[in-house]
Amino acid sequence: MNPILTYKALKKYFTIGHKDLMKKEPITVKAVDGVSFEVLEGEAFGLVGESGSGKSTVAYATIGMYRPTGGSIEFRGENLYSQDGDRPQHIKKEIQIVFQDPGSSLNPRQNIKQILELPLRIHQPRANRLEKIAELLEMVELPLGYMHKYPRALSGGEKQIVAIARALATDPSFIILDEPTSALDVSIQGKIINLLIRLQREFNLSYLFITHDLSLMRNVASRVAIMYLGKICEVAEAGEFFQHPKHPYTQMLLSSIPVVSEEEERLKPEKVVSRGEIPSPVNIPSGCSFHLRCPYKMDVCVNVDPEMIDLGDGHTVRCHLYPDD
Amino acid sequence: MTGQPLLEIKDLRVNYKVYGGLLEVIAGVNFVVYPGERVGLVGETGCGKTSTMKAILRILPMPPAQIAGGEIYFKGQDILKMSHNQLYKVRGNGISMIFQDPTAALNPVFTVGQQMEAVLKNALFDGKKLGKRQIKSDALQALKEVSLADPERLLKSYPVQLSGGMRQRVCIAMALSTQPEMLIADEPGTSLDVTIQDQVLRLLHNLVLEKNTSVILITHTLGVVRETTDRVYVMYAGNMVESAPTKQLFDRPSHPYTQGLMEAVPRLTGGGVAEGIPGRIPDYLSPPTGCRFHPRCPHVMDICRQQKPPAYQIDDGHQVACFLYDSKEGSRK
Amino acid sequence: MAEQAKTLDATAINLETWKKLERRSRRENLGRSWYKFTRNPLSVVGLVTVGLIVFLAVFAPYVTPYPEHAGPFTDFANAKQPPSLEYFFGTDTIGRDVFTRTIFGFRFSLTMGLIVLTLVVPPGVLLGLLAGYFHGTWIDTVVMRVTDIFLAVPPLILALAIAAMLKPNLLNSMMAVSLMWWPWYTRLVYGLATQLRNEYFVKSAETMGASKSHILFKEILPNCVSPIFTKMSLDMGWVILIGSSLSFVGLGVQPPKPGLGTMVAQGARHLPDLWWISVFPALGIVVIVLGFNLLGDGLRDLFAAEEV
Repeated sequence: MNPILTYKALKKYFTIGHKDLMKKEPITVKAVDGVSFEVLEGEAFGLVGESGSGKSTVAYATIGMYRPTGGSIEFRGENLYSQDGDRPQHIKKEIQIVFQDPGSSLNPRQNIKQILELPLRIHQPRANRLEKIAELLEMVELPLGYMHKYPRALSGGEKQIVAIARALATDPSFIILDEPTSALDVSIQGKIINLLIRLQREFNLSYLFITHDLSLMRNVASRVAIMYLGKICEVAEAGEFFQHPKHPYTQMLLSSIPVVSEEEERLKPEKVVSRGEIPSPVNIPSGCSFHLRCPYKMDVCVNVDPEMIDLGDGHTVRCHLYPDD
Repeated sequence: MTGQPLLEIKDLRVNYKVYGGLLEVIAGVNFVVYPGERVGLVGETGCGKTSTMKAILRILPMPPAQIAGGEIYFKGQDILKMSHNQLYKVRGNGISMIFQDPTAALNPVFTVGQQMEAVLKNALFDGKKLGKRQIKSDALQALKEVSLADPERLLKSYPVQLSGGMRQRVCIAMALSTQPEMLIADEPGTSLDVTIQDQVLRLLHNLVLEKNTSVILITHTLGVVRETTDRVYVMYAGNMVESAPTKQLFDRPSHPYTQGLMEAVPRLTGGGVAEGIPGRIPDYLSPPTGCRFHPRCPHVMDICRQQKPPAYQIDDGHQVACFLYDSKEGSRK
Repeated sequence: MAEQAKTLDATAINLETWKKLERRSRRENLGRSWYKFTRNPLSVVGLVTVGLIVFLAVFAPYVTPYPEHAGPFTDFANAKQPPSLEYFFGTDTIGRDVFTRTIFGFRFSLTMGLIVLTLVVPPGVLLGLLAGYFHGTWIDTVVMRVTDIFLAVPPLILALAIAAMLKPNLLNSMMAVSLMWWPWYTRLVYGLATQLRNEYFVKSAETMGASKSHILFKEILPNCVSPIFTKMSLDMGWVILIGSSLSFVGLGVQPPKPGLGTMVAQGARHLPDLWWISVFPALGIVVIVLGFNLLGDGLRDLFAAEEV
């Protein structure tokens, strides 16, 4: 299978002020600091991480909200940011995003028809828009009468479904789903997730699925990557990731998930108690950035940042516990 | 649980007056908490759980909200009938609350120390107020107990300088500093990362054991309830539909809504995501007749549309408000 | 072909039903807004007051007993009459009915407000949108520094200076007022636009490839409309007050035209004996300003409630 999206040593730094009045020493946040991975055509690739991990920054750089500071993002071999300025128009059509908070991703002063019309107006100026909008609503199983409603009349789940319909309007190949159900109740979540899975099959879409809910990830993604403070710690095929996690951070995260059955409890790795705070991306620890919280910390971890190592079968880890043989 | 309940809510009804009429948000809620217990209150957005908790402390926005009936007994006295002075003593000393979003709960223009002092200044310990030095040492002690490093410096810090997890722990410290008998925690981990949430919930658990404080934990996450509570109430559309000791609830969820919720949770063991519960939460302006869950219930019967089900006892401490468990009407599942 | 016809039919039907549903939902929204607005009785008082004033101003010749007194007219026989059943507010020094002239005075007051707001709102809002959306760029810096300069000058003094330079009449004095009024709208919209541009629905439109003009006018502006309207209502009161003050000192509405401020000035030297000549026009000013203020407060509460 071919890669649809390739991230090559992606870096995104933000300058958020200066350490001194003379403005000589800028304070830099290394939100994303050298991230490389591929999403293959037709797959759902999962990205996991806590706050400060940089997963949302990766998404926003892909969708055109941030310009990378270093490295590149390629869509089917084409660099997204080859020229100065914006990404090319056809890329804007092919790559879409569904944001986390349906409440703020829909303009409260526009009705659903206007919201769905915008992508059509930009990318398909000649089409019969009303017809296309009706088609979109049918695709996501919303009643046609919703067209004139305003977002405040819709439930959280319905708003998110509209956001998904909007993402589909341009006939994209790749959709980024940034915590699509985190703001919703669990009883609606299933409907949205199953809708996404169905649409993926129907239109042969590729997904970058971002969530902090590992139980959900287990049922959606075919491959998973976990990020910590701007770098990827581990990538593996979903089953492997959850059953044989190698990186201590992955183990810590998996052991902290609240689950609802004994069965799942047994599946969790041995409890790794999280110690201390999550460092802020402004003050990234030296060496391996996880060493302050790592129960297996060794001397080398404090000074040297580990490299990504291939353990075979597509399972890669970045940790000194796994020496490069 | 034995002994006198610490908190007892009897048939509470709360309405909101809006354009179009009356929203019957809480429609007859019964709820009991014993000393030293950890009770979970599970329900989804709009079910009325936060309104119920706000009613306890009487912090509901009173123009649109009206108490339409029922009693809330705290240590034998009806909170709804208390005078302002009596209520004042209950808030903080008797019952404390921590809110979902610690960033919004802390005033950004005051230091942590100033906010903690504000809380301790008016608290009564054995009927007396504290002196200045005692307040400061109590504040430090409270911060130490929630495992916050360098409490001296923390007292002088502003909330914006702290991380989310630290802010939530400050809120917990503030809530516990007055040594309340009961703590209401409204989704204490929701805005936090999973690993920090784990830490915070553990901390809460330990503090509760040490001080024998009762905790009401409000959440919509079933996994959290399973790990951190002794007893659970499940709420839907303004009513308690099921209550049981935690282990019982997860081994044998009995109300169709509870069962639907359990099925809808994605499992770590894989197997796909269940479709969830069809339909929407009811319109509180004209709620469904009889059992409010009946339009979405896979086992709906005629009587469900006509009458509201009472709470049936199906086991020790396990109650379900569903006609399926009426020995005359339904059959045991 | 047949399939195409089927889809077109479906769309046609939907179009009609859609329009019907849209009308119904619009009616419902209006009803809900009315309900919220009427929660505060003062807001209704404001609305009724403003409505009454507008009605009286528009139909002045038909609702006043002596419409010809508003123009050149003298009747020394009935001059300096105190308020009576014949002359509700009395007559002035040359026999004109003060009541009629006060009602006609409303016309000038409303005109003042309309002139200023029409001149001020479109450019002020546009500049605010541009500066806010392009926050951090040279557009922002240039627009906001110019705004600051205009705001630094004391308003009344600027208006006086300009009005004194030009021929003193209503239009010129209102243009002077406009010159120092527009920055407030720019500031208001600047603050809103700076925040709104970070909202996810704006980001969504941007990443979708929407043009800048679409984002400014279709995404951001509709979300500024409520505060703008509230400010406009409150501003009507302020502008009328300033306009009347200008008329009082001789710039603005010139006698014998019945501007309220002008009338107060004319009657001022006859206080306290012929008190009615000044007092009633002054009360007229009070009522207009109060009416717009209450209405503006009501609008502000209405829009604030809607955000919840």
